[in-house]
Amino acid sequence: MDKSRRSFIKISALSASGIALSATAFGSLKQDALSEDNLLAKSVNNLKRTPTYCEVCFWKCAAWAYSDEENNITKLIGNEKDPHCYGRLCPRGTGGVGMYADTDRLKTPLIRTKVDGKDVFKEASWEEALTLVASKMAEIKEKHGAESMALLKHGSPGSHLEHLFKAFGSDTVGEPAYAQCRGPRETAFGLTFGSWVGSPEPTDIRDTKCLVLIGSHIGENMHNSQVQEMSDAIDNGATIITVDPRLSTAASKSKHWLAIKPSTDIALLLSWMHVLIYEDIYNKEYVEQYAHGFEELKEHVKNFTPEWAYGITTIKPDVIRKTAREMANAAPSTIVHPGRHVTWYGDDSQRERAIAILNGLLGSWGNRGGFYFKEKIKVPKFPHPPYPHPKWGWEEIGEKYPFAEMGITNELINASIPGKNHKHQIKGWFVAGTNLINTVPQREVIEEAIDALDFMVVLDTMPMEITGYADVVLPECTYLERYDGIRSATNREPSIALRMPVVKPKYDSQPAWWVAKQIGEKLGLGEYFKYNDFEEVISWQLEQMGTSLEEMKKIGVKNFKRKSGPMFLKNGEPHEFATNTGKIELYSTELESKGFDPMPVYTAHDQPEQGFYRLNYGRSPMHTFSRTINNPNLSDLKDENKLWVNPKVARIEGLRNNQEVWLENQDGTISTFPIKVRVTERVRWDSVYMYHGFGHNNKKLSRAFGKGISDTQLITKVSIDPLMGGTGMRGNFVKILADNPNKEIEV
Amino acid sequence: MVIDTLKCVGCSDCVVACQTENNVPVGYCRDWVTESVSGTYPNIELELKSERCNHCDNAPCVRCCPTGASHVAEGGIVLVTPNECIGCGACIESCPYDARFQHPDGYVDKCTFCHHRLEKGQLPACVSVCPTKCMYFGDLEDPTSEVSQLLKSRKHKVLAPEAGTKPNVYYLT
Repeated sequence: MDKSRRSFIKISALSASGIALSATAFGSLKQDALSEDNLLAKSVNNLKRTPTYCEVCFWKCAAWAYSDEENNITKLIGNEKDPHCYGRLCPRGTGGVGMYADTDRLKTPLIRTKVDGKDVFKEASWEEALTLVASKMAEIKEKHGAESMALLKHGSPGSHLEHLFKAFGSDTVGEPAYAQCRGPRETAFGLTFGSWVGSPEPTDIRDTKCLVLIGSHIGENMHNSQVQEMSDAIDNGATIITVDPRLSTAASKSKHWLAIKPSTDIALLLSWMHVLIYEDIYNKEYVEQYAHGFEELKEHVKNFTPEWAYGITTIKPDVIRKTAREMANAAPSTIVHPGRHVTWYGDDSQRERAIAILNGLLGSWGNRGGFYFKEKIKVPKFPHPPYPHPKWGWEEIGEKYPFAEMGITNELINASIPGKNHKHQIKGWFVAGTNLINTVPQREVIEEAIDALDFMVVLDTMPMEITGYADVVLPECTYLERYDGIRSATNREPSIALRMPVVKPKYDSQPAWWVAKQIGEKLGLGEYFKYNDFEEVISWQLEQMGTSLEEMKKIGVKNFKRKSGPMFLKNGEPHEFATNTGKIELYSTELESKGFDPMPVYTAHDQPEQGFYRLNYGRSPMHTFSRTINNPNLSDLKDENKLWVNPKVARIEGLRNNQEVWLENQDGTISTFPIKVRVTERVRWDSVYMYHGFGHNNKKLSRAFGKGISDTQLITKVSIDPLMGGTGMRGNFVKILADNPNKEIEV
Repeated sequence: MVIDTLKCVGCSDCVVACQTENNVPVGYCRDWVTESVSGTYPNIELELKSERCNHCDNAPCVRCCPTGASHVAEGGIVLVTPNECIGCGACIESCPYDARFQHPDGYVDKCTFCHHRLEKGQLPACVSVCPTKCMYFGDLEDPTSEVSQLLKSRKHKVLAPEAGTKPNVYYLT
């Protein structure tokens, strides 16, 4: 690290603003009189409620934030009119108060400087920091073109900065949510049905008769309305079939848990197709009317019998047949769920194609209890001059991957490393709301890219690891302290939600819209930001949509009537799908034309050698990625991850519960921190499992530092999806080290 | 209160909602989630459930309280009056559910079934937030109530029945 110009700074700053560690969100409580009446009544009396939508995850549930006379945010309650949450927030949303209250937040702009030859951050004014950002952006534009400045983003702040970037002349934009998460399914469903899955997924879970989850762990991923609807489905007696090497929470609620050997899902999916077709139980009328390439598919899956799949997946043939029949019996009210985080083995778009094809054979797309035709309402663009046309952008950076429909983060990172096979060179990064270090695999590559940059600025609410690499750090206020764009997402019926400030920004933090506007004005792009406050933008947009800021402040969420027609196909009704053939492409003409397998094939993936275990990871219901681990309320629920090992593995390795171990992966990367063992029958003996997002190595995250292991750190090997460039991350193997391999923990 | 273990996903939303509703300091909780696993891979059963004070009909905490701070309020809810509590901890010891704790301000604290919300006709915070809608609250003495109906139609259990406390939180299994 010493050789690096951009050595990691632990956000120590020159000022010694100590960490007020155990200060709680409810410090004022102690002043209360201890009478029963006071204690019982306090929380409901004299509270003001303000509409917002949650930013703790991407589901963006609309909520009411309650605050008292002293402007303490006391609680967050879901908005009952909201189809994302139906009045019930998840634990992270309820614990959103901790995001605001966290005393470890970034408090002031920081600028990298050298003191006695060492890189440190000095506290700066906004004026100083933003002048520096604008001048560096202008310098990069002059020397290399605006396109050389890249935006890596996630969530609401990203959209404000994207506007700035487009005005600036750069479309070099990407987010991990695509190539590290859901990209493959969007490609696959696009190729099959001519439609992205999108978010929230248009799955009619509440009315389904059969829900099939392929590694998707609804209930541990708290995708709110889906969790609620899965619960409704349980009440309604729906069959749940879960395919997962681990007994996930959803698996424990399933009629059939298929404990599959990791990496063999495509074989199972192909054999399901085989059973549906060769037992003649697929949805014949639907396929005849809407699908293209059935005969080719029939021929393709001819030999993929359950017996064939058994040898690969370890799922018994009779179970494969039985589950296929259950799906067919329930069809078209069957959902083979696309999942969300689906970048696993590099053939992910093809696995997702197999999932899409199964839905096609069952007739679930466009049918009740399957997938509904989603609709959203368009939020009009606040008037601004046309954007300039960049010479290149995310598309050119990702041109190797013909089916990429968004920026590929890993390719943007590669293009930042000189001489990495690219015509285009990225020289500067603006990182907003994404902790790339614990999000994108291959940390060494990210560090190499960062080291080669001319300039890097990070906007975040928390001192995430990524901030330690920045030249300038900008403290964003939390979602509870700002206006943001109107939330409009696809759903059964269109709806919009308002986010407005509940309280004034704490510390010297600012909203992203303000940051974008300030930088824009300094770059001479004031014409794109013709408003003093983002409130004016929202107010104008709401008027255009037939409502008003006044009304939205009162209701928070507004639901609109559908305009695109019914949610489901009527019996035998003609329907044009947005594919080449206008039909559901069981056989993909687009894949064929670009030289890819037009129908999915099973390829064997590497299995761990003796002494190694596949590293599997997933979500804890109490946390979102790495961003919430330090939240006082949520870290109180879960402050570290554990290494789940099967009792057989514990026996072989001599492990006991809560013993601290370190992990070393196939490339010799050793975890910085230890992790406690959890011996459980819930995992297979060929893999280990941990929750994602832990193992923070920035000491300024006082609750999260050194708690557990970062799975991302151990993901040094990726399998790239040739269709859309996603990084398959489930092919890393680890051995378990009982002794501390790190003599000195350097962070 | 009736809790359906077949729907609970163990997300702990009930815990945070309780903390923010009742100003329970971070680091303490009035309700919590337990997980139990039985069987051998791949024949395993997993049970998740949200636990709290059982508001027992035969409450040992009330019987052993030397000051009367622990008492049964109207409707059968077991409450603690903080300014009558001397923090002796006898009730904490006596509770077979480990449902009580010493509040940092010196008194003993625990679940109130959100008494203050019930008075306003609202459900306890945990019940109204639960994303799986696995919790039901109502009058067990009214045979037509949802909770009574659920107990009539579904298999259920209580925790530590051997303690003889006659708990009022039921788990559907």
